[in-house]
Amino acid sequence: MNNTFKTNRFAMVLKWLGPFIGLILVVAIFSLMPEVQDRFLRIYNLKSVATQSVIVALGALGMTLIIISGGIDLSAASNIALSSVIVAFAINAGIHPLAAVLLGIMAGGLVGLINGALITSLRLVPFIVTLGMLGIARGVAKWMAGNQKIDTPLTWVNELMAKSPQGLLLAPGVWLMIGLAFLMAALLRYTVFGKHIFAIGSNEATARLCGIRIGRTKLLIYTIGGLFCGLSGVMQFSRLTVGDPTVAVGLELDIIAAVVIGGGSLSGGMGSILGSMIGVFIMAFLRNGSTMMGWPNYIQEIIIGAIIVFAVALDRIRHK
Amino acid sequence: MTAAPPSDLLNMAGISKSFGPTIALQDVDLELKKGEIHALLGENGAGKSTLVKILSGALKADRGRMTLASRPFAPSGPLDSRIHGISMIYQELNLAPHLTVTENIMLGREIHLRGILQRKDMRRKVEKALAFLNHPEIAPDVPVRKLSISARQIIEIARALVDEAVILIMDEPTSRLSREDSVQLFQIMRRLKAQGVGIIYISHFLEEVREVADSYTVLRDGQRVGTGRMSSMSLGGIIRMMVGQDVKELFPKIPHKPEGPALSLKNFRGKNMFSPLNLELQQGEILGVGGLVGSGRTEMLRALFGLDRLEEGRITVFDGEKAGDHCRDRIRQGMGYLSEDRQSEGLALSLSIRDNLTMSYYEPYVRWGFLRLGRQKRDADALCRRMNVKARDSDQRVSSLSGGNQQKVALARLLHQKADILLLDEPTRGIDVLSKAQIYDWVGRLAAEGKTVVFVSSYFPELIGVCDRIAVFFRGDLVSLRPAEEWTMETLTTAATVGT
Repeated sequence: MNNTFKTNRFAMVLKWLGPFIGLILVVAIFSLMPEVQDRFLRIYNLKSVATQSVIVALGALGMTLIIISGGIDLSAASNIALSSVIVAFAINAGIHPLAAVLLGIMAGGLVGLINGALITSLRLVPFIVTLGMLGIARGVAKWMAGNQKIDTPLTWVNELMAKSPQGLLLAPGVWLMIGLAFLMAALLRYTVFGKHIFAIGSNEATARLCGIRIGRTKLLIYTIGGLFCGLSGVMQFSRLTVGDPTVAVGLELDIIAAVVIGGGSLSGGMGSILGSMIGVFIMAFLRNGSTMMGWPNYIQEIIIGAIIVFAVALDRIRHK
Repeated sequence: MTAAPPSDLLNMAGISKSFGPTIALQDVDLELKKGEIHALLGENGAGKSTLVKILSGALKADRGRMTLASRPFAPSGPLDSRIHGISMIYQELNLAPHLTVTENIMLGREIHLRGILQRKDMRRKVEKALAFLNHPEIAPDVPVRKLSISARQIIEIARALVDEAVILIMDEPTSRLSREDSVQLFQIMRRLKAQGVGIIYISHFLEEVREVADSYTVLRDGQRVGTGRMSSMSLGGIIRMMVGQDVKELFPKIPHKPEGPALSLKNFRGKNMFSPLNLELQQGEILGVGGLVGSGRTEMLRALFGLDRLEEGRITVFDGEKAGDHCRDRIRQGMGYLSEDRQSEGLALSLSIRDNLTMSYYEPYVRWGFLRLGRQKRDADALCRRMNVKARDSDQRVSSLSGGNQQKVALARLLHQKADILLLDEPTRGIDVLSKAQIYDWVGRLAAEGKTVVFVSSYFPELIGVCDRIAVFFRGDLVSLRPAEEWTMETLTTAATVGT
């Protein structure tokens, strides 16, 4: 009896730890490397990893909803670049920085709304629509910026991603990311909207005959995805202190990879915010650790590529 | 132990197989002779699929021996089994929809000369096979997605013919076919039999099994509980063996009295229906709807529920309230729909039982915009108990349930949304006898509570056994509507196949 109690407890611990194992492994490996162990687990380094994760993490929060609903958003990175350009543009136009920030977020939301509207009204697959939007949003960003970086005067917006803010422990952007992650996790788990996202991703036909408004729900999902890209674009601008239309090329794949490493299924119906966040941090720690080790960029790319395949394979086995 | 007699085509002896702690098969024997149709019977989960998977090489037995034409046979995998002449036709058709008939039939068996396809030879072979199957009208160059389901079944069998199969395993081949197509399939099976092919036939349609099979083996809980000649065994005897107990009555009569208007259709015409129909349904009434696949029954049901557009006409519920436009509104008005295809439409297989149950009606659990998950779980667990769903708890995924239990979950959803008008499309398709009896009982009790049930089925005995009135569809029209007592199997079949 005592024994079963123990194994039950062990199984419980394993179930709770399950998603974290990859992250713990990555952190443990670098902590044991003699070359970097004295620097890797330092508060300063952890802070900078957290700050570096913000942009991908915000994108991943929206992408998680989209992927659970059985969709995909390839335009995420272009959307981020566009909104960073819009923020810079607005600040230079003399608008109050807060209004500029809101404008950037809204622009992202608008791109998402257009994605959603095209997907639901034209009945096109999300892959095609957002592939098109990847080009369109990037093009518009370059057009607006006259194909170059937009320099702006420094404002409080640039403090959002400051490495050591006063009295806050972590950058405001990091706090924002943490708060929004909790909010999205609650949205998915405790609201009807969240349940409907899972239902649509698991089986759209079932969702339809259960009376779920599929078009409206999808529109909302892609708009939320776009809003997060907009916010991510604000953070991008904050970090670079310029509006750069060529920034974040290919970042959509990092975002998608984070969701997938975290257990999101590209065929829909599966995924979690916690998982996606762990995915983001696995990749961030790998980048950070590899850079500290002095490994060249291509080694990082190979490792992350391998991790994606490995993590998904592992997840398959875990869910059997 | 015993040497296989020479006339035995296949001899499986002492086959055992476990999956972890669960024993799927225990010491099962099976003999199949040349030119014999052998029915493999049993409830869902009795071990039929495991047994034929071992034969087809998809699984390996833990213990036991197989001999094929008196030679020891131990397939290393599905391909090896195919090379030895064992062909399997699955319940879910395994065809590539975009490829042509020829390409599908010859898949993995292409005739080529140093890698160059010999299209003419392949075409000739395919035409020969289709002619043998009495279906020369199927064009070899048409993509399979353009064919009907019964034609696709023919393609699957043609594939087995091209393989020169000596043993054909058919898993529920008629569950998607109309009666007419089933009869044609039986003719084909008899022709194959005359050629010396041995057929292992798995089906839940016991009347059909009696019609076509020469011998039978019944499995229960992974053990063989009976085998013998079909002609020497009664239907009741087979059911007793399958269930291990007497099913008191397959169609329990629960007294109910139609009273008060529930649903009224005026000049109602849905997609693919030709002439409009008028129909009045009462509370506490069970209306059976029969007809062949594609006769318009499903189309009527879908238009009634608001899934397809109504071409013309008017639907009113209860006291003359007009039915809403979208199925969402009709759910609120008390309608509930059970899809004929629970795998691809009825259920979200990757989600939990509880989420599937409450998917159409979350309102009771919302407070301040948030869900009260504890209440949802409590209600879902209670529903599972009420419907006898065999599951650990309602957190279990629907995909891990057996067919019968999945169907109960889909039905329980209608209970949960408090449907008063239940539109059930083929509610007993592909599920075991015991679950069927439970569903018949459930439908009867609903009617006794004053609910209205529309029961669509291709299986006529259940229509006669369960319904108050039966309507028959033929080529998009309702051709006949009469009280159940006035119908017989013969008149139903005639109405469905000839239209009078």
